[in-house]
Amino acid sequence: MFSRQSRRTLLAFSASGIALTLTLAGCSGGGGGGGANADGSVTLSYLVDNQEATVATAEALADAFMAQNENIKVEVETRPQGAEGDNLIKTRLSTGEMSDVFAYNSGSLFQALAPDNTLVNLDDQEWVGKLDENFVNTVSTDNGVYGVPMGQAMAGAVIYNKDIYAELGLTVPTTWDEFIANSQAIKDAGAAAPIVQTYGDTWTSQLFVLGDFNNVLAEDPDWAEKYTNNEAKYSDEPAIRGFEHLEETFKAGLFNEDFASATYADGVRMVATGEGAQYPILTFAASQLMTSNPEAADTVGVFPLPGDDAATNGLTVWMPGGVYIPKSTEGDKLEAAKTFLEFLATPESCDIQAETSAPQGPFVIEGCDLPEDVPAIVSDQQKWFDEEKTNLALEFLSPIKGPALEQITVAVGSGITSAADGAAQYDEDVKKQAQQLGLEGW
Amino acid sequence: MRNTLWRWGGGTVAIVLSIVVFIVPFVFIFLTASKTQQEASLLEFTLPTQWAFFENLVAVVQTRDYVLLRAFVNSTILTVAAVAIMVVLSAMVGYVLQRRRSRWNPLVNGLVLAGLIIPPAVVPTIWVLQGLELFKTLPGLIAVHVAFGVPFCVLLFRAFVSTIPKELDEAAIIDGAGSVRLFFRVVFPLLKSVIVTVIVVQAVFVFNDFTYALYFLPGDENATVQLTTYNFQAQSVSSLNLLFMDILLITVPPLIMYIFFNRQIVAGMTAGSVKG
Amino acid sequence: MTTLTARPGADTAGPDQGRDAAGKKRKGIKSPYPLWFYMPAGVFYVILFLVPTGASLYFSLTRWTLFEQEFIGLDNFVQFFREQALVQGFINTFIYAFLTSGLKVVLGMLLGVFLTSQIIARGFLRSVVFFPVLVSTIGVGITFEVLMNPFDGLINQTLAAIGIQGPGWLTDPQWALLSVALVDVWKGVGLATLIFIAGIVAIPQEYFEAARVDGASSWKNFWHITLPLARPATATVVTLSLIGGLRSFDLIWAMTGGGPGFTSDVIASVIYKQYQAGFYGLSTAGNVVLFVVVAALIVPLQAWLNRGEKDA
Repeated sequence: MFSRQSRRTLLAFSASGIALTLTLAGCSGGGGGGGANADGSVTLSYLVDNQEATVATAEALADAFMAQNENIKVEVETRPQGAEGDNLIKTRLSTGEMSDVFAYNSGSLFQALAPDNTLVNLDDQEWVGKLDENFVNTVSTDNGVYGVPMGQAMAGAVIYNKDIYAELGLTVPTTWDEFIANSQAIKDAGAAAPIVQTYGDTWTSQLFVLGDFNNVLAEDPDWAEKYTNNEAKYSDEPAIRGFEHLEETFKAGLFNEDFASATYADGVRMVATGEGAQYPILTFAASQLMTSNPEAADTVGVFPLPGDDAATNGLTVWMPGGVYIPKSTEGDKLEAAKTFLEFLATPESCDIQAETSAPQGPFVIEGCDLPEDVPAIVSDQQKWFDEEKTNLALEFLSPIKGPALEQITVAVGSGITSAADGAAQYDEDVKKQAQQLGLEGW
Repeated sequence: MRNTLWRWGGGTVAIVLSIVVFIVPFVFIFLTASKTQQEASLLEFTLPTQWAFFENLVAVVQTRDYVLLRAFVNSTILTVAAVAIMVVLSAMVGYVLQRRRSRWNPLVNGLVLAGLIIPPAVVPTIWVLQGLELFKTLPGLIAVHVAFGVPFCVLLFRAFVSTIPKELDEAAIIDGAGSVRLFFRVVFPLLKSVIVTVIVVQAVFVFNDFTYALYFLPGDENATVQLTTYNFQAQSVSSLNLLFMDILLITVPPLIMYIFFNRQIVAGMTAGSVKG
Repeated sequence: MTTLTARPGADTAGPDQGRDAAGKKRKGIKSPYPLWFYMPAGVFYVILFLVPTGASLYFSLTRWTLFEQEFIGLDNFVQFFREQALVQGFINTFIYAFLTSGLKVVLGMLLGVFLTSQIIARGFLRSVVFFPVLVSTIGVGITFEVLMNPFDGLINQTLAAIGIQGPGWLTDPQWALLSVALVDVWKGVGLATLIFIAGIVAIPQEYFEAARVDGASSWKNFWHITLPLARPATATVVTLSLIGGLRSFDLIWAMTGGGPGFTSDVIASVIYKQYQAGFYGLSTAGNVVLFVVVAALIVPLQAWLNRGEKDA
């Protein structure tokens, strides 16, 4: 549910406040029909979000697939990102108007699609056995497995400028206190903003809370389950620490001067150029970095958001999204769609993915390796993956994520709301979500 | 003397003010649309160091197989049809509503207000359209715009019918005009200035509408112009120059339409020859 | 009505006026204003607006995920009133609505009078004032977000040049809502002006001629002729801009997203966020609440604005 809001909704709705619910957007050739074309070939529509990199990858994959399967044509369609895209996918699925194959998040967003009713079960497919178990869990229900991974896993962590660290003789922090000490040293040096925050894109404000989840689980391995059962709260230790860290860094004046208006793209650029030293963000920032500042590929590294205990220091990991087949795809199209998904799970597909857009972390398919020359943001992560010091982010362990977190973290990070109040507000928000989901015990 | 001062002095001050307040933002859009991608991302109010106006223009027009051109055709048909229907039907309602006192009036007034206040319920509307087999068709979207636009137009027409002397109706009736003829031959032409207003306002609304097109007319072949802005809003790599070029291009048709109708308004005014 | 159509002095309607047409009409076979004129518009309205709206009322009583629905009575309304941003949202909604509609009425009226007076470049000025109406909200939102950037934006750079440190227009909680409201006025004042111009132009010239004979000043003309006789236009602008202001969120959403935090949230944006979160039933309930609030303000206002028509 870490949905990336597309450039703060330039697409804001013009009409009204609304009971609306969308149906399709952007582009759709429509699904429907299971038949082959007149010449015996089958055309599949493949729906992806409209990010440039996503579309480029999808088209490259479609081309490679079509070269091998002359009878199947794959047409890429696009949809908006963020909450807009979520509503679109739900409406299309619920009205039977979905494309033949579509890409979408895994985890709690996937669960909200009522997969058992709307998607084709793929647990009999050969490739399922080659997938990382963590990933399989995030695209499964009790009754089936529904998706093949698209892209790589990634971390919610701190990207930092290695040159600044080297210059000031700092080492990668493994505890929160070290992190603050480093930030203070950077502040005293005066050249760079110690911590970059970019509330021009509100979703980026959530990292202090969401990226801290490894540390929450380190203290209480059952926290996610308790949370789902209404037994653990953000207002209490250990989860409140994410909010407290945010408040502490704001109060200490460690942010960049323009934190309130800067955007995600600004943030990545600042770390790349040394205007900023550290930036808690998702590691898909590698793609932005390689587009805007490719010269800094080896300058920008990554480390986990540290907690209290150096021994449990580890990465909070997000699983890649999946590619799914809706139940409205039938007959020849269904067979063709399964062939396409099979192709997506091959090392060849991984290579194309790594080639067309910068990788953000490791693949979750057996036999898929990253190329040698990945940016440091990606290669730095390997250490924690190798030592198995990783934990999944909360959204892959619980279906509940309150929708207002990004506004709350902006308020806390801007000094409008205290950490305690923010955490309490978020608990209310979570409660609302749980009630809407109709969960037991709320 | 005083009039000359007013005429020139007031006018000059107004021109300067209007340039600062209203023109500068448009110049900004134009300049950004003329820049290269890197330069546009700096968001500065400067002349482009390297003019890329035509490159951007070509890039925008060619995006996704010339979808913009198809969108222009669709939007034009949609706007003309929806506004024409809306204007005639609403004028009929506004006219009777103002002229005739019947027990239906409170109901109609209430419905007009409700139509202005209540946001449209999209999913049920889709169901209705599906039932009528109008979903995903241009006529369907036209009908939706008419339904949602009528209350606004009725409100305007009702207000302005009152400025037409009732005596004219009576004269026409004595001449033997039936109600249909009375309305279309006598009253409707007299509503010219408000009709122009309604046309301009609703045409701009329909043409600039994003939401209804997104919901009720999905599909690339059916795209309307506002939906084309999607193509330039990739998040991680923003192409602000292309986005602004797109905004510039899709603002041109309403502009032309307005300049055209502006004459009509001016014409209506000289007939009235109001002195300030 | 009478106040609007009755003419001063020599009436153009002349001797016909006394005729008994009205009396005949009332009792006669057929009114010249047939009720079936409501029908064509009514068909569109009822089928595509009223029916779906009725259906949506039902969903405000359900928990609705699009895949399944469950009847939960009034729980959505209870939940809606517990919304933490609600009180602030209502305050912001009223500030925003009254500020934008007030400015649109006053500025629109002044501009309307100004642009119907004899000044140079009148056509140019009319066009310029109306230009912003032609641009989509998306375009306006992006443009002003950039112009209002606290550091690199044109506005603050200009202010800095004359020695004023401009605020963070959209990032300072004190300013955010106000800034968006001003942009809303910028975008919408052209429409109000156009309606006022149409209203002023429709005033029969005889009034002004009579006034000129009496040697009335421009101010008197405005106060005693333009203002009262442009009342239909005023009523229209007030109604439309107030409803628009109360329901508005598109520009707010495009420029601040209700932020920073929740500081510029209005009711409509709170509802929209619920909708985005997938709480379809809850957001429908919110819309019902919003409708009641807007209606409670607009209906008495309408009655008051239209009070003159009753004595027709």
